[in-house]
Amino acid sequence: MKRSVFPNRWLPYLLVAPQVLITVVFFFWPAFDSLRLSLYRASPFGDRLIYVGLTNFERLFRDDAYLRSALTSFVFSFVVTFVGLALALLLASLANAKIRGLAIYRSLLLWPYGIAPAIAGIIWLFVFHPSYGILPWLLSFATTYQFNWFLKGWVAMSLLIVAAIWKQFGYNLAFYLAGLQALETSVLEAASVDGAGPIRRFFAIVFPLLSPVTFFLFTLNMTFSFFDTFGLVHAVTQGGPGDATSIMVYRAWKDGFEGLQLGYSAAQSVVLMALVIALTAVQFRFAEKKVTY
Amino acid sequence: MTSLLARTVALVAAAVLVSPSAALAKTELQWWHAMTAVLGERVNDIATKFNASQNDYEVKAVYKGSYPDTLNAAIAAYRAKQPPHIVQVYEVGTQTMLSSGAVYPVFQLVKDHGVTIDWNDVIASVKSYYSQGGNLYSMAFNSSTPILFYNKDLFKKAGLADKAPATWDEVEAAAKKLVASGAKCGFSAAWPSWTLVENMHALHDQPFADHANGFDGLATTLKINGPFGVKMMELLQRGAKEGWFTYNGRLNKAEANMGNGECGVFLSSSAYIGNLTRASEGKFTWATGPLPRLAGYPQGSSIIGGATLWVLKGAKPEEYKGVAQFFKYLASTENQAWWAGVTGYLPISNSAVKAMDAAGHFTKHPEQRTAIRQMQAGKVTPNSQGIRLGNFPSVRDAIEEQMENIFSGKKTAKQGLDDAAAKSTDILKEFAALYK
Repeated sequence: MKRSVFPNRWLPYLLVAPQVLITVVFFFWPAFDSLRLSLYRASPFGDRLIYVGLTNFERLFRDDAYLRSALTSFVFSFVVTFVGLALALLLASLANAKIRGLAIYRSLLLWPYGIAPAIAGIIWLFVFHPSYGILPWLLSFATTYQFNWFLKGWVAMSLLIVAAIWKQFGYNLAFYLAGLQALETSVLEAASVDGAGPIRRFFAIVFPLLSPVTFFLFTLNMTFSFFDTFGLVHAVTQGGPGDATSIMVYRAWKDGFEGLQLGYSAAQSVVLMALVIALTAVQFRFAEKKVTY
Repeated sequence: MTSLLARTVALVAAAVLVSPSAALAKTELQWWHAMTAVLGERVNDIATKFNASQNDYEVKAVYKGSYPDTLNAAIAAYRAKQPPHIVQVYEVGTQTMLSSGAVYPVFQLVKDHGVTIDWNDVIASVKSYYSQGGNLYSMAFNSSTPILFYNKDLFKKAGLADKAPATWDEVEAAAKKLVASGAKCGFSAAWPSWTLVENMHALHDQPFADHANGFDGLATTLKINGPFGVKMMELLQRGAKEGWFTYNGRLNKAEANMGNGECGVFLSSSAYIGNLTRASEGKFTWATGPLPRLAGYPQGSSIIGGATLWVLKGAKPEEYKGVAQFFKYLASTENQAWWAGVTGYLPISNSAVKAMDAAGHFTKHPEQRTAIRQMQAGKVTPNSQGIRLGNFPSVRDAIEEQMENIFSGKKTAKQGLDDAAAKSTDILKEFAALYK
């Protein structure tokens, strides 16, 4: 990497100061506060603050529901990430072809990203709704099975997964498209001359060359589905039926904001924080080795 | 990734600090509320009319989001030492407010500022819910109680008499006929825990939690898994299985199904009257009736929901004087009758009920009489005076989670209720440990 030289010794520090300040105020300070609060039993209005050590964490880990919630979060995040990326890559490959009206397709495919998760959830809620949704109506011609996500956990989960994938789709597509367009065509042409078909070319050349993009998107999608999908769950299922869609970030919010169990909620956000740090570290440590830049 | 809560507290604190506190001639009084749409407009009407009625005080009605959002905003502001004068808190937040030490009790505020409000005129069920030691701690504002709604058109189509089913047997029979006649949903209910568990216990004089539902001390155990609760849930589980009961989600989500004319029999808040009137206009007709009863249990009373206005500590004496004046204005018979008439909430004073009756309001709107009659017919006992639990929103959540497991057949009624009670005990003990 090229080393930049600034004429003034203090200028670089001054230039990064705003970013550092924002990180400290909006990340480190609240994170530290959660860490502290997780060791207390705290009353909402702040009149009681009792130090309880690790009690909040103990309560968390002896609760089967919390472990179930962790599992739900992982299943949800992995499915959203894998299926989402696979679909985006597939469509990006198609959109990369030279066809008429390409610009229009591309713009249309990018649209969903401009929609907030909660709104995406509501849109899909209308599609899935047991009484006025179009999907259950269409399915009613094929089967008598009731696709009621108010009572069937797997239907509720599918609804959230579809909405999350759809919402994230444009973003993933944009990156894959850019990645595809930056590929050296000469390599692909050489492979064609050697007799490699489109599928072979894709797996032997395109996919490995796209690995930096995939790696970046993987990390980003995992974090998205772990944290930013709160609005989706809140707007659509409220964690139900039972606790089938109660992902960790939603539980932390609910126990903190609705339940006003501040210490308990803080303990949950600390666990989440640890998880995402671990997840990112693992991804950088192991996945990055397989990435060719 | 970071603590949402801490971030929000910081942001709200910042917003409060930078808001201009102009030295106006009028003393400004902040009123934070959670009323949306038509209800929000009526709240603004109240503030405007009060401001026009005198020259000393200016009430600013500020919408702060949902009930939990409003409470959280008030908490953050209180912690930042910039609390609003008045905050609207939902009924499940009552114990939190009472325990908080942040409240200036309304009966005291009014007494301290030489204002007289006839508290004895407040209807019994409302007064009991928000009082401690016989004194009202928050200003009764928007109270409702669940009632039964039925779709007259669907009843006619099913060959049923134009009469609200009065017992659960009648609900079941009607719902079965409705479904047989092609209705998509025979029976359904909004606010599942409130209508089907909390109110059913109170209506049949059955205990919901220990310590007289939390009125004689902090409750630590739910009693919903007793024979009555199990019987109620078994009935509904059977209904879901046989297809005459359709579960349509938490909160008021099920209202969408009633509103588009799918459901024959429906339970929801009496405050749903306004929205149902609008939703059904030109599409179908409906009427109301009292909550259905199970045979063989004593008479209790339905309990109220909604919210009250709490006064927070930390303001100046002259501001509190204004709050007392405002409450006096709010409590007037005229204003109470108006508010109840335009919203569908219960008139909170007996004199307002009389005034509405005298003005012929209930002849024009018989659907609004049901809730009042139901409250008047009720017997206030330790089981039906209300429910006061710490961390109540979490408890309600635990109950609804298990109701879904019961209705879907994943768990038996007894198992589900046992699990809900066990989780609630855990939650209640946390609260009790905080204030021991």
